[in-house]
Amino acid sequence: MAVIVPESLESALAALTAYPDAAVLAGGTDLMVEVNDGRRPLTRVVAVGRVPELTGIRVDGATVVIGAATTFAQLERDPVAELVPALAYAARTVGSPQIRNAATIGGNVATASPAGDALPVLVALGASVEIAGGNRRRLVPIADYFTGPKRSVLDAGELVVAVQVPVLRGAQDYLKVGVRNAMVIAVASLAIAVDLEARRVGIGLGSVGPTPLAAPEACSWVASRARWRSDGVEVADEDVVEFGERVAGAARPIDDHRGTARYRRHAVSVMARRALRRCTR
Amino acid sequence: MTEMYVLRVNGDEHAVADAWLGESLLYVLRERLGFPAAKAGCEQGECGSCSVFVDTTLVCACLVLAAAAADTEITTLEGLQPSARGAVTDVQRAFVETGAVQCGFCTPGLVMAVHALLETDPEPTDLAVREAISGNLCRCTGYGRILEAVEVAVAARRGAAR
Amino acid sequence: MSVEVGTRTAGGIGQRAIRPDGVAKVRGEFAFAGDLWAEGMLWGQALRSPHPSARIRGIDVGPALLITGVHAVLTADDVPVNRYGLEHRDQAVLAGDVVRYAGEPVAIVAADHPDTARRACAAIVVDYEVLAPLVDPGLSQSVERPIHPDGNVFRDLVIRRGNPDSRGPVVVEGDYEIGMQDQAFMGPEAGLASPAADGGVDLVVSTQWLHNDRDQVADCLGLAPELVRLTLGGVGGAFGAREDVSLHIHACLLAVRTGRPVKIVYSRTESFLGHVHRHPARIWMRHTARPNGEIVSVESRILLDGGAYRSSSYHVTANAACFAAGPYRVPNALVHAIAVRTNNPPCGAMRGFGVVQSCFAHEAQMDLLASACGLDPVEVRLRNALAPGDELLTGQRIEGALPVAEVIRACAALPLPAPAVDDVLARPGGAGRTAGARDVRRGVGFAVGFKNLMYAEGYMDGSVARCRIDGGVVTIACAAAEVGQGFVTLVQQIARTVLDVDDVIVAPADTDMGSAGSTSASRQTMMSGGAVEKVCRAARAELERRAGGDEVDIAALTAREPVDVTEEYHHRLTHPLDADGQGDAHVSFACAAHRAVVDVDPELGLVRVVHLATSQDVGRVLNPLQVTGQIEGGIAQGVGLAVMEELIVEGGQVRNASFTDYLIPTALDAPTVDAVLIEEPEPGAPFGAKGVGEPPTISSTPAIVAAIRDATDAACTRVPVRPRDLVP
Repeated sequence: MAVIVPESLESALAALTAYPDAAVLAGGTDLMVEVNDGRRPLTRVVAVGRVPELTGIRVDGATVVIGAATTFAQLERDPVAELVPALAYAARTVGSPQIRNAATIGGNVATASPAGDALPVLVALGASVEIAGGNRRRLVPIADYFTGPKRSVLDAGELVVAVQVPVLRGAQDYLKVGVRNAMVIAVASLAIAVDLEARRVGIGLGSVGPTPLAAPEACSWVASRARWRSDGVEVADEDVVEFGERVAGAARPIDDHRGTARYRRHAVSVMARRALRRCTR
Repeated sequence: MTEMYVLRVNGDEHAVADAWLGESLLYVLRERLGFPAAKAGCEQGECGSCSVFVDTTLVCACLVLAAAAADTEITTLEGLQPSARGAVTDVQRAFVETGAVQCGFCTPGLVMAVHALLETDPEPTDLAVREAISGNLCRCTGYGRILEAVEVAVAARRGAAR
Repeated sequence: MSVEVGTRTAGGIGQRAIRPDGVAKVRGEFAFAGDLWAEGMLWGQALRSPHPSARIRGIDVGPALLITGVHAVLTADDVPVNRYGLEHRDQAVLAGDVVRYAGEPVAIVAADHPDTARRACAAIVVDYEVLAPLVDPGLSQSVERPIHPDGNVFRDLVIRRGNPDSRGPVVVEGDYEIGMQDQAFMGPEAGLASPAADGGVDLVVSTQWLHNDRDQVADCLGLAPELVRLTLGGVGGAFGAREDVSLHIHACLLAVRTGRPVKIVYSRTESFLGHVHRHPARIWMRHTARPNGEIVSVESRILLDGGAYRSSSYHVTANAACFAAGPYRVPNALVHAIAVRTNNPPCGAMRGFGVVQSCFAHEAQMDLLASACGLDPVEVRLRNALAPGDELLTGQRIEGALPVAEVIRACAALPLPAPAVDDVLARPGGAGRTAGARDVRRGVGFAVGFKNLMYAEGYMDGSVARCRIDGGVVTIACAAAEVGQGFVTLVQQIARTVLDVDDVIVAPADTDMGSAGSTSASRQTMMSGGAVEKVCRAARAELERRAGGDEVDIAALTAREPVDVTEEYHHRLTHPLDADGQGDAHVSFACAAHRAVVDVDPELGLVRVVHLATSQDVGRVLNPLQVTGQIEGGIAQGVGLAVMEELIVEGGQVRNASFTDYLIPTALDAPTVDAVLIEEPEPGAPFGAKGVGEPPTISSTPAIVAAIRDATDAACTRVPVRPRDLVP
């Protein structure tokens, strides 16, 4: 069988074990670009879209578990829009409506592009990636997941099963800079999440380093400077500006055809300021 | 090479034999099954010219692996429009009459996208229309007549509903 | 015979006639060149050089020939006459010993499946001696050895007018840069070549100019022209990029060699590498004026990077120079324009043809002048506006219509748009949620441009049309390439009006008939429209002769003997430019004004083009739907050049040859357009109409950039304006 369409996670993993050269197909929006361009010869495909363990969104206590086969179109809507608004905002910026109807969050995580739109949100929220392979199941904190540009700890024969995203009380947002008002790859992007319970601020950055990045130093600094209340958080104006600089300091951008390192760092500082202002008062 | 597989397109089953594994749904529709309405504009999912429905979802056929689409219902423009020669949907009529068609390469994809929009949002705002067709690039029209065509189609449906 | 136009016949001249191919296009049944199929068809594919400059030491096609399904692999040795080119044959069909740009074809393959063809190309071994590419056009003239036997200068043109040393007391000066824009039509290059029994070849292809292609194909294949027959396949947009030959000769070579039909369809990446682009330009300009804003002198140096081969660089240079000062009275001028060869991608025709580059510079200058004189930008333009009777930089007196002041006034009088709606999607950055309402500043900018219509400098231009009326059925044939602009609609409108009929069949365009010239230079409305009008009037005269004074009953009069007439249309003669760049080189002109409103997020450097008001000199509106379509579409391309479109070339390599990274406006980027059409009939033009395709692309870009300057105070001397150009 050139195309294997497993009906369970177990059979999907068995197929990947049996055929280590097989390509994993979910929404196809990354894989098929390479195939069409002749960069990815296919010998065998495991199409995981119908694996029941990979579908569905369920709330498990303070965590929402989003199946890897969930599309960005689904992420734009409830329950994700209500529980994790930053993820819904990020989803809306992915490609076109047609792409959002096909592309999946699992694919975004597996491809691990520094420009993957969902990824800064997962970083800001401290999400975890559920991975299954062979006889092994593991839950990898997003901070330990990426190892380089389009590289991760995901091994051959493994599948992203779901992402576990904390449901936080507090404001969050996602900002993305591109030179077109729709359908654009991020020149720089930033996700922010305020956690009123833990009194923490989380930041995730996209397209400004070899992997999606966090800004732990800036976040702990601002958390220590903020005035926390049960229903919100206040940050002084001058601290907002300094936060922008500190977040920009966490970026490791390069010059490429989409933008310069200098602009990217600047954009990060502006986005960080605006994001923090929107999420505080 | 793949084993023979069957695609269900516009309600009919089509056997696909001797195909390459990497063939996209777009290639198979156009080159093997004789459905040329979906166009190959970029094969990267950036232009929307190949928009089709897989089940009821609008997607770019260039990014669908044909051999993996065997258990789906595929609807192309050929299946969406009336089969009678020269007959058109309300959206197609509006496109022709408002000047929304120039070279016409993007048109089939746009017609699909507008039908998809009006299914879920029969009274879209200007911004909603623009967002819904933002994945369908047009280089000739600057979109002005296309937006007008959508308005005309919406008004016609509103009139018909009364 | 007098014909009352635009009143009697439904779908006649002046009416909102709909396209004859509209229903086929909305139904997906219109056959684009890429939709063609033939029994036993093979797929062709070119192998292109990855290097911008290299010597080829050897090519081993053996590994490709071993692949099952490969039917032919051809290299330079297999091309009978290995030279082609649009205006000057300086380019190899397949590179023999040297490649001069990254993307130059080196070998071609025919195979049973596109993937086989692609793998075969990958299997060909080319031994390159990689050379350092010449990529800085500023160095083209000073390198020790030219990179082509024909030299490194495509054209070096000086225009001297009046006394260039005259100076006004007000001086404004600037350096400007225009990036490399691509036509980025939606339907990639495609064609199907079939070997014919007579030893010739039949080619169905998407093109702008069938007959010029035919001659180049025939020459390269060593065939008599009549053995090469071209038919227009459905064209998915053109905008200049299909004037040069692309896959034509390759497909025909492969078809003749294999004895089977061969289809070639470019991928999007190959399309970006396989056609010419708009010339990138560096322009210096200095205006001097009286304190009241009246221009005294204009000096300019224009450097155009023509890339590796000439294409239409020679005439692009003329246009950039002749219109360098814009539609203004300039008594004294010195313009020096030069187009040079480099190892960058070849550049050639794109909508606006050399004038887009100049207009960006002269309109920035006019704003500087307005500011230096304390005048409103609209006022300074009105004070200098050209009018019929005035002279151009080339000394040519404007004899037809050119309502520059009228378009300026009409455009400026249009109401400004309402403030943006309170929705993040409506702001710069859109769904990216970067901007809050308070992060956005609005700016307004104004620009005016004009351009010649038709070919220039003594070119003997013509177009042929044929009218056949058989049993009352009217068929018009003309080889003018319909590329989306709606010429086929116009054919019907003209025939309906002149012949007083309802139904008109438009025959397919092919090389079995005379040439209609190229669909470019805003020329088909006048040239082929003129030919169709002329042939319809001839047919009408024949019908009236047959009627002998009785009422004309077309069906009865053509029941036994069809009317079948062919006519050729020419415009008046033009002349070459002399050593001082003086002469009556141009046929006709059209102008337009644009006022742009933009919303800018200055801190992030993001722009949303909100609104374009425009007024355009159209001569006479032949079809309001189609004129509007040209204006809105042309403006969208101007938006693209202003804020997002640039092929980025580094070291001779295109870095963004895909729709992922060469961004063209989406529906969320396109502004709302309000247009006022100025109808001053052009003497001698059919129905007084002017071509309308190019002016919208010319002055929209500088208007948008002026609006960005207004919102930000950034200098913006380069397009596209990038976010990094606006931020502190």
